[in-house]
Amino acid sequence: MTTVTPPQTRSARPRLRDRLVKLAEAAATPLVPADYLDLVDPLRSGAALRARIVAVQPETRDAATLVLQPGRGWAGHVPGQYVRLGVDVDGVRQWRTYSLTSPADRADGLIAITVKAIPDGVVSNHLVRAATAGTVLQLDQAAGDFVLPTPRPAKALFVTAGSGITPVMGMLRSALHELDDVVLVHSAPTADDVVFAAELRALAADGRIRLVEKHTDVDGMLGTAELDALVPDLAEREAWACGPTGMLDLLEGHWESRGLAGRLHTERFRPLVVAAGEGGTVTFSRTGAEVEADGATPLLQAGEEAGVLMPSGCRMGICFGCVLPLRSGAVRDLRNGDLTTAAEGDGVLVQTCVSAAAGPCDLDV
Amino acid sequence: MTAIQNKPVDPTAHLSDEDVEALGRELDAIRDSVLADRGARDAAYIRKVIDVQRKLELASRGVLLLSLFPPAWVAGTVGLSISKILENMEIGHNVMHGQWDWMRDPKVHSTTWEWDNASPADMWKHSHNELHHTYTNVLGRDNDLGYGIMRVDEDQRWMPFYLAQPLWNLLNACVFEYGIAAYDLEIGKHLKAKKRGTADVAAFQAQLRNVLQKVKKQATRDYLVHPLLSGPSALPTLGANVTANLVRNLWTHSVIMCGHFPEGVETFTKTSIEGETRGQWYLRQMLGAANISGGEALHLMTGNLSFQVEHHLFPDLPSNRYKEIAPQVQDVFARYGLTYVTGSMPKQLASAWGKVVRLSLPNGFLSRRTAKAVPVALVQRVRPARAEERAAA
Ligand SMILES: Cc1cc2nc3c(=O)[nH]c(=O)nc-3n(C[C@H](O)[C@H](O)[C@H](O)COP(=O)(O)OP(=O)(O)OC[C@H]3O[C@@H](n4cnc5c(N)ncnc54)[C@H](O)[C@@H]3O)c2cc1C
Ligand code: FES
Repeated sequence: MTTVTPPQTRSARPRLRDRLVKLAEAAATPLVPADYLDLVDPLRSGAALRARIVAVQPETRDAATLVLQPGRGWAGHVPGQYVRLGVDVDGVRQWRTYSLTSPADRADGLIAITVKAIPDGVVSNHLVRAATAGTVLQLDQAAGDFVLPTPRPAKALFVTAGSGITPVMGMLRSALHELDDVVLVHSAPTADDVVFAAELRALAADGRIRLVEKHTDVDGMLGTAELDALVPDLAEREAWACGPTGMLDLLEGHWESRGLAGRLHTERFRPLVVAAGEGGTVTFSRTGAEVEADGATPLLQAGEEAGVLMPSGCRMGICFGCVLPLRSGAVRDLRNGDLTTAAEGDGVLVQTCVSAAAGPCDLDV
Repeated sequence: MTAIQNKPVDPTAHLSDEDVEALGRELDAIRDSVLADRGARDAAYIRKVIDVQRKLELASRGVLLLSLFPPAWVAGTVGLSISKILENMEIGHNVMHGQWDWMRDPKVHSTTWEWDNASPADMWKHSHNELHHTYTNVLGRDNDLGYGIMRVDEDQRWMPFYLAQPLWNLLNACVFEYGIAAYDLEIGKHLKAKKRGTADVAAFQAQLRNVLQKVKKQATRDYLVHPLLSGPSALPTLGANVTANLVRNLWTHSVIMCGHFPEGVETFTKTSIEGETRGQWYLRQMLGAANISGGEALHLMTGNLSFQVEHHLFPDLPSNRYKEIAPQVQDVFARYGLTYVTGSMPKQLASAWGKVVRLSLPNGFLSRRTAKAVPVALVQRVRPARAEERAAA
């Protein structure tokens, strides 16, 4: 038997739902119903995206993997992408970006990131050494274009160093069965510092990848001539590189000089800073805060330190999650030294994570 | 009491300018020590209070669905009253002061918080944080002194209108949330400006609309939605909401009276704060507030305004820290020969109410007369005062 749904019930349903939502809002004001639901289930669908730490697994003496249960609004990711995490350290919410190291479609729906503690690093040390299972973190949907193309390349080269292995590990765990010829050149201070060492060495032993480990404490840094020698067919390979700024600058120069620029994809964990502003008084006019900021401090950081609710994202100039209107004044882009000025009422949009004051300036936040 | 500058003996006369600045530096050091150590423990505290308050509210409103049964009515009303007091005092007041902004949590931030009170957050923050905390106890500048309807200082000229001020004060206490909203609107100031033709009518009306909208939402929730949800218990639930709001109003009004009205709290003349230094500002805050002594529960239910002195010195430090720094603050008072005004709630309330009654009469009125002679003398006083007013008008 076929049933015909009368149109009025279809439209009646949403109307009933709207009414119930309105009623719940009227009962909850000045809060919203979500504030009460969050007390019970912070990971429910419809909630602001969050994740709960399921396990913290040590990797090396200064790195650990955090296995996370994302909220039901999680939309999935493409291997190689990163997420933003909001972590409360000493009671203060800090946002940082971490590459996903878990395969894309785990049956249990869990995701993982792998963090390397850097000296004096606020969030990385907290996550590696103090985070505990059960803690709820703020999460944002996956983003980033440091990913494998479809169809997969016939030959792939990955050049990584330190924590730069993370996005590559995500790709290998998800898509290695679709890659026929993989070379991984990975640098770490010593053999013990190699994150995912056991898994990578097992893949190499099985002949699934060719692994070249560089232990820089004894071998020294990877040079371009050395790389050419290690990977003679480099020019035939689609390449992905992730690691410290110095290494990436070197590789980009090398690929360019060999006329291969389009074939190298890089992921940077830090912005490329070349210039400093002049510094000045920064006014956050809607909040009513005012701070003196020097020419090297990003406006994002200056605002956060003054207790202003600054929007943020990657914190390195790629996601535009931190953009705010500059009502007046001058700021300098720390990556290239470009000066942006705004007169009263202009509201020029600036990326606060990579801009510093270049004189007095007024942000609309 | 008289403004400190007009007193025969100024209680700060023994302090030199250098003393006052040294005192300021000592208080700055106390503040810095808290800032240096502020962290996870504090964040856990406010999150816990918010969590407990919301669960208590949910539970109380849940129980009130059956408020037809007297035990449920009593339990629900007590719970809802406590929840509303916590929400206004320890949470709302302190969050809107920016005490928790350093956590950078958009959900617990002075710029995003809205509270269960008739006065919209933005308006309240302006009149409370900017006016009251800046002009604390300055006659003619701090509207919190008597809310513009009471005579709270000998230096304020007596008028017959003030005879009824004990009554005004009691009425204001019962409907305190609306009193606050009306006074945050600065209605008196607006009316005066209107007379002079300098009023920004559009701005005032916009604010008024905001208040009415907020009042409507609040009233719909407490007096319509929750009663209707209670079905057969609608009327008792309505009664419970009215009671909880009344209890909250009386309580917050009492706490605030204890903070600035008891005897021993000083007031200041308008001109005395011109060019005030940081040390002088601290000194005014020290003398312009009074504490309430008591246990943990009292401190929590007053939103730690039982440490009004510490709060006025450091309005943006997390409230859970006030009791921790109180001994250091008291030590500063003692070493600089100043009086730290404090007392139990009944004592401070009696003192504040005593002052409201005393100042409803002309200065020195009671001390000069026997109880029997008071009514006759009052009538004699009112007549010429009325005539004077009419002549002035
Ligand atoms: C797209 C993207 C993906 C990332 N993926 C990962 C990942 O998978 N695993 C991981 O461990 N990290 C990753 N990062 C880096 C991470 O976001 C943080 O920058 C890092 O954890 C340091 O944060 P922190 O709070 O510990 O250090 P901070 O307290 O912010 O900084 C402390 C000091 O270290 C310096 N510093 C900041 N970042 C770095 C850095 N990356 N390397 C060296 N010095 C630094 C700062 O200038 C400062 O002097 C990624 C970053 C980006 C932009
Ligand atoms: S935070 Fe991503 S561009 Fe600034």
